[in-house]
Order: sequence, then C-alpha cells, then structure tokens
Amino acid sequence: MSQRKVLQGNIIVAKAALAAGCDFFAGYPITPSSEIAQYMSKEMPKMERTFIQMEDEIASLGACIGASLAGRKPLTATSGPGFSLMQEHIGMAVMAEVPVVIVNVMRGGPSTGMPTKPAQADMMQARWGTHGDHPIIALYPAFSDEIFSETVRAFNLAEKYWNPVILLLDEVLGKAHMDVEIPEPGSYEVFWEKTHEIKDLNIYDRKLGENPPRIDFFHGYPIHIDSLEHDAHGWPSFDAKTVDKMQKLRMQKIYQNLDDIIKYKEYFMDDAEVMVFSFGISARGALAAVKTAREQGIKAGLFQALTIWPFPRAALQERFKKTKKVLTVEMNMGQMKYEVERIAPCDVEKQTLLRANGMPFSPAEVLDAIKEFAK
Amino acid sequence: MRDYEKYIRYRTFPTPWCPGCGDGVILKSIAMAFAELNLDPDDIVVVAGIGCSGRMPTYFNTNTLHTTHGRALTFATGIKLAKPEKLVVVISGDGDATAIGGNHLIHAARRNIGIKMILINNGIYGMTGGQVSPLTPPKFFTETTPYGNIEPHFNVRELLTAAKATFVARETVNRLMQLKQVIKKSFQHKGFSVVEVMSNCHVNLGRRNKMKSPLVMTKYIRDITMNMADFEKLPPEEQAPKYPLGIFVQDTQRLEYTDLYYNHIVPVAQQTGVQGEK
Repeated sequence: MSQRKVLQGNIIVAKAALAAGCDFFAGYPITPSSEIAQYMSKEMPKMERTFIQMEDEIASLGACIGASLAGRKPLTATSGPGFSLMQEHIGMAVMAEVPVVIVNVMRGGPSTGMPTKPAQADMMQARWGTHGDHPIIALYPAFSDEIFSETVRAFNLAEKYWNPVILLLDEVLGKAHMDVEIPEPGSYEVFWEKTHEIKDLNIYDRKLGENPPRIDFFHGYPIHIDSLEHDAHGWPSFDAKTVDKMQKLRMQKIYQNLDDIIKYKEYFMDDAEVMVFSFGISARGALAAVKTAREQGIKAGLFQALTIWPFPRAALQERFKKTKKVLTVEMNMGQMKYEVERIAPCDVEKQTLLRANGMPFSPAEVLDAIKEFAK
Repeated sequence: MRDYEKYIRYRTFPTPWCPGCGDGVILKSIAMAFAELNLDPDDIVVVAGIGCSGRMPTYFNTNTLHTTHGRALTFATGIKLAKPEKLVVVISGDGDATAIGGNHLIHAARRNIGIKMILINNGIYGMTGGQVSPLTPPKFFTETTPYGNIEPHFNVRELLTAAKATFVARETVNRLMQLKQVIKKSFQHKGFSVVEVMSNCHVNLGRRNKMKSPLVMTKYIRDITMNMADFEKLPPEEQAPKYPLGIFVQDTQRLEYTDLYYNHIVPVAQQTGVQGEK
C-alpha cells in the first residue's frame, strides 16, 4: 500500500533511490544536499548496500563510476561547488558510457555563493559543464510526488541509455518538508538491464540509435574501458572514421529516443494565450499564479518542463502554433530563456521573469508579470 | 608461451613508450606476479590515471580501466567496495599519484582499502614532454624548471607512513626479480599497499640532465638506491640524497576497509534497525 507522509525533499530523493535499486552511494557533505548522504549512511548498511563518504566530490563521482562498472547502481548528491568539481568525471561517464545518477541541489552562486538559498542557476552547467561534445539527460521535478517519480526515472534512464543522468533540485525542494505519497513497490517501473553476456571484445559495437548493452567487469571476459576516444573494442583510437562513428553512437542513443526521455506537464494550455514556461520551485509559484489568472479571466497556461535536457523542443514548438506569448520564469539571470527564444518563432512575444537573489517567486509576483504581459 | 604471457594483451601492442623505458619492465613484473599467484584474469581489474603509466592497463589481458588524471584511486575505491573479493590494482605515475592525485593517495592510505598501488616514480611528467613533478629531485633541469628545480620533493615512504598506509615498499626497474617479489607480496597483503618503483625517463628527464641513454640513467638509479640495511648504517647527512629499497611498512593487524564495512558495520546496522525504515 502506498504511504502518505511528511518528508523532506532530500529524504524523498534518498527513499526513491533505494526503491529504484540504488545500492551504492559515495558523496561529500555539502549544504543543502547533505541529508541524502546522511540518510543513505544510516539505511544502506541495513540493506547490505554500500555507503562511503569520500574525500571530495571528484572522488565521490569517481567511486560511483567504478562501482557502476562493477555492476552497481550508484548515486551521488551535491550542490553547486561540488557539482563544479564533478564536471570532469561527468565527461568520463559519458565517454565510457557508464550509468550514474548525480543529484545537484542547486544553491545561490557563483562560487560559494549562498549555501542556504535556492537558485536555478546550474541549468546550463548541467548541459555544458563538462568539456567536449556530449549527450546529457537532466531532470527537474517541482512537486513532492514528482521528486519520487523523477528520481526513480533518473535511475531507469541511466540504466537504459548508459549515460550519466543529472537530477536537479533546488534548496527549497531539497530542504522543505512536504506532504508526499510514497507509492507501493511494484506500482512503478524499475528498469534493470539483464546482464549482457560479453562474448567478444566488440563491447561498444551497435547500430546507430540502439541502446548500448550493459558493459561491466567480471563476466568472464576481461574488457577494457577507456576515458580516451576508443573504438568498438574500447581500445584507444584517434582514427577519424572511428571517432566519427563513436561520437554519433553516443549522441544518437539519446537523440533518437527523445519520446522516451522527454517529459513535461501542461496546465491550462489548451486555449492559453499566455504561456508560462517554468520548472522546479519556480513552477510551483507559476502554477498558483496561472490558476488565479484563470479565475480573473486571463487565459494563462503553464508548461512545466520535467526533462530539462534534452530540451522539450518539439512539444514547445507545437504549443507556439497557437500560443503567441511566452513568459519564462526562472531563478537565475537568464539561462533557459535562451532555449525558449531559440525555438520560438518570430511572431511569438517573449518575456521573462528572472531573479537570482535567493528569493523564490511568489504566486503574486508571477501573476503580476502575467497580467502585465497579457495586456 | 611463458605462463605470465596470458596476462598480456599482445593485440594492443605496440606500446607508446620510448625505447628503453622502465615501464616495460614494470608491465612484465606485474604480469609475472599475477602468474605466480595463478590468478584468473577476470578476477583482476587494473586501473590507471593519465600519463605514460596511464596507458599500461591497455596491455594487460585482465579487466582494465583507463581513467582521468590523478583519480584512478577513486575509481578503484568504487570497484573494490562493489566487489571486495577482486584484486584491484592501480598503476600511477609520480605526477598522477602525488600531485593531482595526492589527496586521493593519502585518503586511500588512511582508509586502508585493499587496493594495490604501483607508483611509478620516474621524477618527471613524461607524456606531456618533461615538466617538473613533485618527485623531481632538487636542482634538476626540466621543461618548466629551465634554471633548476627549487622545490623539495616528496619522500613517498615518509608521506605514506605518516598517512598510515599498511604496506609501503620501494624497488627499482633494475631489479626485475626483486620487483616481482615485492609486487607479489603487496598483492598478498590485505589492506592498502603502495610499491614505489624507481624508473628511468632518459628521454624527458635524463636528456636534460646529462643522462640521455637508458644505460646511464639506470646506472644513476642504481647509484642513488641501496638496500635498507646499508641505508641505515649511513650517517644522516649522507642519507638525504639516497633512496632505500625494500619493504618499509607491513602492518597486518589493522583491518581492511571493505572487511570492516561488510563484516562489522553491516551486522551492527542490521541489528539496530528495521530494513529501509527511518
């Protein structure tokens, strides 16, 4: 039976991760994400799963990738400064095609910034933080039940596409206690790819767009995994044709499966004249504002992105056929607004409501912006 | 085929190492140690970071992982925790292990996690073309110390002893059989072990310091190293530029990290709480 509880956002993440089969956690304390590590340190040994506090965030993600290659489902959790340190290993996980889930509970930045204040300022870092061309999946829940479901989905996507998945939260979602429905085990999908029998060294060999098989050690056939560009055997290769093929394989496993990866929610969008585009904590204020606007006769709607990367481009483009005004609400100085501007046709009016001072948007503020924009 | 050859992945040859490089000797001695312990290649994982040493795993016919610069120990920690029964070997150069990876080195030692580290000390960043490393001896000329090195170098033995490593040894590439023997002993040790191997980079260090042939450079290594017993007889002022060889620390009393976690922490946790409940 499902359970209704009042839990902190970070604890919901930890519970969902355990429910999704997470059996390895390596992390480093950082506000406002530390509760995830604390909960894991207490619960994981009881379940014969592995918890370790590493010496820094670089080491944390390194240990997670190592554990993943040894057949575990790893998780690490951090915030801005730690997320910056992890960037190199995100690239390693992409290159070697290793599933790993990274939680980034966003706080005010840059640098040490505001550890106890929320922000949505790592949106672009989640996409482009590590060097080189790479595919990435980033999810960002807004409401309590979504924190559970998106955490489970993060593990499923990582396992399915053999890629790092970034789960974004913000300080409010991480720290606030909220009413949440913890679903019954079995009522949600937990994807766990069956151990692929490795018979030859063509571990990366597959057709374009195809999901990679499970690649990990200790299955009777010794393999090589490399952070260098490699051929289908995993051996270092800088041959232009091979590199071209491997890069396309890595990108297309994500970009040919967008329907499976992209998730969003639409509220009052069917006849909306003003679309509010938002996510995370800002979407909460925006939803309340949109409801009030409707009560006052303004045709406003909310497009809430749950999958941030890859960007829900096609769904938005479809909406822009009818809705000609878009208001992007985000807690930064303007990041996702560029994505919206990039895909919105010329006849769509674009407006923003931006702020990065650590104060989330109240419904009244969003409502004012909607009213001003709807005039 | 000699018995250690089944641990060598010949089809990935040739190696990128310069002719006369000590890395080949180390590759062979590690494979010989595997063979003497008669290990299943699939029960071994060799992890390395970046640099000339970082390319070594490619040539072992075991599970192998080439990672990022200085972080091999972190990946190895994850693997060892996930599969404590496997032999996890880390190969690292001096820059990789003591500069960019210095933090991970001391913490792996402190934790006493059962990783077997081979620290190849050639005193230089070889792959990037010969820059000064934390183990380059003072006054040496490198690409980034064109007027001589003004920084003192780490003493790996003292560093790791202070960090509470439970197995610390030093050998040189000049002595293949002793090297193999020490590596084998480190593989048999339960906790964290480090074997520092003094190696020659005549191309990028020797060439700039009047030792451009492998023979001259290995003779230099022979001259600066000596057995522990001989070293202890020297007066302190003569000890400073010398490198003693042998096994310095071998502590079998302290429990290994994964043993502590799975055999001590897990049972305690299971007795004190209901599974999955707060």
